[in-house]
Parts: sequence; C-alpha cells; structure tokens
Amino acid sequence: MRGETQTEAMPGKAATPASPPSPRASPWKWLPVWQRNFQVWKKLAGPSILGNLADPLLYMLGLGYGLGRFLGEVQGVPYLTFLAAGTLAYSVMNSATFETLYSAFSRMHVQKTWDAILNTPLTLNDVLLGELFWATSKSLLSGLAILLVIWVLGLYADFAMTLWLLPVIVLTGLTFAGLGLMLNAVAPNYDFFLYYFTLFITPMVLLSGVFYPTDALPAWLAAAAQGLPLTHAIALARPLVLGYWPEAPLLNVGVLLAFAAAGFLIGLRLTRRRLLR
Amino acid sequence: MPPLMLKGLTKRYGGTAVVDDLSLELVPGRCHGLLGPNGAGKTTTLRLALGLIEADAGEGRLLGHRLPREAAQARQRVGVVPQADSLDPDFSVRENLLAYGRYFGLSRREAEARIPALLDFAGLAGKADARVPTLSGGMKRRLTLARALINDPELVVLDEPTTGLDPQARHLVWQGLRRLIQQGKTLLLTTHFMDEAERLCDRISIIDRGRIIAEDSPRALIARHIEPHVVEVFGEGLADWAGCGRRLCRRCEQAGETLFCYTEDPEAVTDALDRQGQLRYLHRPANLEDVFLKLTGRDLRE
Repeated sequence: MRGETQTEAMPGKAATPASPPSPRASPWKWLPVWQRNFQVWKKLAGPSILGNLADPLLYMLGLGYGLGRFLGEVQGVPYLTFLAAGTLAYSVMNSATFETLYSAFSRMHVQKTWDAILNTPLTLNDVLLGELFWATSKSLLSGLAILLVIWVLGLYADFAMTLWLLPVIVLTGLTFAGLGLMLNAVAPNYDFFLYYFTLFITPMVLLSGVFYPTDALPAWLAAAAQGLPLTHAIALARPLVLGYWPEAPLLNVGVLLAFAAAGFLIGLRLTRRRLLR
Repeated sequence: MPPLMLKGLTKRYGGTAVVDDLSLELVPGRCHGLLGPNGAGKTTTLRLALGLIEADAGEGRLLGHRLPREAAQARQRVGVVPQADSLDPDFSVRENLLAYGRYFGLSRREAEARIPALLDFAGLAGKADARVPTLSGGMKRRLTLARALINDPELVVLDEPTTGLDPQARHLVWQGLRRLIQQGKTLLLTTHFMDEAERLCDRISIIDRGRIIAEDSPRALIARHIEPHVVEVFGEGLADWAGCGRRLCRRCEQAGETLFCYTEDPEAVTDALDRQGQLRYLHRPANLEDVFLKLTGRDLRE
C-alpha cells in the first residue's frame, strides 16, 4: 500500500515506475546497416564495379578522344580534359542514384531487409543514415576511379588542387543519395524510377555542363541550370581539374548541402509514413 | 514486471479502429497466443507492442520501457519472427546470423560463439555455409527463429510462425518453441491455427475486429464457451433430420451442408443418427476451433 500513498503524494509522477536505465545513444548506430550492405557488395563486387566504373570511363574516353578530335579545345583545354570533371560528377551522381533507387528499393520493398532491421534496437533513422552513407561510399568509389584516370592520363593542371576533388565527390554523393532516398520513399515499383531519370536526371545532365560549358545555353536555360544540384557539383569540380579555384565555392557547397539535407529529411519522413504507420 | 503490458491501446486507420481499446499483460516464462481471423488486428497489435507504430490512445510497456518512445532500447532484449521472409538472400546462413547480431551490437566474436548452438537449435547444424535461396521453406523459418534468438532475448514475438509450412516443418518449429518456453523465455505469438494455440499457449486472447473478446487458458476457454462434445452431421436428408438434432442438442449450427451439434450428451445424438441410418456423422471432443468459430462467427473475413 506504500505505492498508493506515494502516488497520492506525487500525483502523476510516481504512478508509473521508472524505466530501466538506458544505454547512451551512439552516433554510430547506423554502422551495422552500412556493414551489411558492404558485405553483400563484396560478394557481388565484380559486375558492380564493371557497371559503376567501366561505363563512365568508356563514355569519357570515347567522347573525349572521338569528339575531341573535331572539337579541338574547349575553354582553352583539350575536350577530354574539359570532359573529365563533368564525367567525375556525373559518375558520382549516377552511382549514388542507382544505389538509393534500385538497390535500396529492393532492400526496402522486395527483400524486407529494412523491416527485419527495424525489429532490432535500430530505428528508421539508423537504417536511412546507413543507406545514405553506403550510397555515398559507393559513389566515392566511382569518383575515385575517374580521379585515378584523370591522374594517370595527366588531365589536370595542379595535382595538389585535384585532392580537393575528394570532398567534392563525397558531397556530390551525399546530395544524390539524399535525393534518391526521397524518391525511393514514394516509389510503388522499379518502373517509377524511370520518371526520375527521364524528367530530372537526363535533362540535368544536359543542362549542368557535363558535356559543354553552360554559357553555351540560352540565358534563361543557363539560369534554370543554376537551380540544379549537378551544376553546382561541376562548378566545384571543373576548376579544380583545370587548376583554378571555383568562383563561388560557398554557394556551390551550400546548394549541394541543402539538396542533400532536404532530400534525406523528406525521405526519412516519407519512409516513416510508408513503413511505420 | 510483466514482459509486456498494453493498456487500452487503440490504433485507427482512416477512421476504422484496427486495434480497439486492447489491453494485454504477459506472464514471464509463459506463452501467450493472439488468436484471430485474418484482419483481426493481430499484426498491428504486435507492431504496437514492439513500438514500431504509435497508438492513437492507450499506453504500453515493453520489458519495462515506455512505448513507443523507449521501444528501441527494449528491443535489445526482444526477438522477433516476422510473418514475411526477410532473410538476406545474398548471405549464407552464418552470414545472416552475423549481420543480425551486429544490429544488436554483438561483435563478430560474440556472434560466432552463439551460432553453433543456434544452428543446432534450429536443426541447421550442417547448413552454416548454405546460401538462403537453397533452403526449404521450413529451414528458412527455422533460420528466422534462430536469427531472432541471436541476442538471447527475454521475450520472443512470433507473427504466424508456421503459416505456409508442411506438417513436418510445423512440428519442428513447435518443438523449438517448446524448448524456448522450457528455457524460461516469454513467448507472444499470433496464429490462426487452433491446434497450434492449443498446443503451445498457456494463455490465449481471442481477438476479433481489434478487440479481445475472450482470454483464458485453452482448456478454460473450451470449458467456458462451448459444450464438451461436437457431432458433425452431413449427408443426404440432413434438412429433414435437422429439427430432431436441434431438439436433442443445446446448440446447433448449420454451415453449408454440415450441421454442428454441440452437446453434453453425445450418445443421445449418435443413437438418433444410428436409428436414422442414412446420415453420416463425426463425433469428437470440442476444441478451440469451436470456441473460435462460436465467438468470431463463420463468415469469411477479408
């Protein structure tokens, strides 16, 4: 009866017993999700590496040498050198996008991997952070492969400057991983992702300066291109390859971070609505 | 402290209460069954109990942790066997267990140390390196059960653990679940198999339209809700005989071409049927299925 007296003495406080002590929340709770994806990737790395790395390389070298012969110099450098930064950003984008669309969708929807993880102490935040960082890691690998080719073929002006491409790659990967997770959250099936590619990715690739300088575009299109994340990734990457500093790095970084954060947070919200309601 | 305590939980989807003012308290070391037709709210109840979804009303505690806010901590000591297969198809049996152990913070060494006993328990001793797609349905379910035990949980939650399995595979799963109960673990399972509930559960909640409509031990449910004997009558001339059956029995129910006669005095019924001579019948003791059908009706759900 002591309990009752206590309850009366402290209304609303001692009515329910205190919870057992809780372990401190760790900022690394997402890591097992990343590790799981890494383990699977290691098993299937062969075809994955070929698709992620060989494809953009073939495009870059094919277009660079082939078209380069007709084009001569673009912005004062051989076309292949001009193309290198665009290919780098494009390849990183593609890698992060494919991972968060098709691969993440299969884990979420087809294999129910996320459901299985959500039954453990991990939460949806951990799952999506793990996926975000995993897709970023894969895109880092794609970016590194292109960077390696840039180094080997000497397509750069200042080696030390090209090291700044590493954070650019990571930031670009984060951006498109975040956006991809947002799309993944609302996808009813794999076919849905075609809309994303046709309506967003492809026009963006054509407008953002992968293949030609954006000042070749009509003024209104060039202005519209400023709203696209890939434009800002290339605005950072190209000067670093060509040996000068980006004109407005803070703006570029800010835009990419904003897309990454918005994509991830909206994706988290929409995925919660999809899986946990 | 009860391993799970739910009080007045309500969960609505689009105005419909899928779980409606549901209260439940588990006894440590016992197996509790949630028995109900499809769409009764069993899975939603489990998701509420695990803190995966938020109730519109009511409260709950899982291993002493408040739901749903502290559910993630509570799940550290809970094992879950979901209804749908969610094993990693690209992993071997062992890799599945290792990866799942990591979600509980187990190091590779700790998980490796637990795996032999788990594989033994699940009857998968020789299968550590087999890839998941090569396993039979029963093996996959047992692996899912082993996976749920990697963290040595106090409470194991199972959503229809034997649905879709053949009789041999079901018996193997049952054996495993009995051993868990012997080890002192608390079990919460949903099922729509009466025999499963009758065999495994110390206590059963019959749930329909999101509400618990009866709760007791299987034996007590049968004793309380149903006459001890059932005579199922079918065959030519049933319509003419039905009136006679209704006079002889306390309760009769017609379902399709069969008349279910619930009675305390089965001889009176079988004697009358033997005299009639044409009708076929089956006399059996009443079971949980009869209770279930009486309480939830014979209409198809979904």
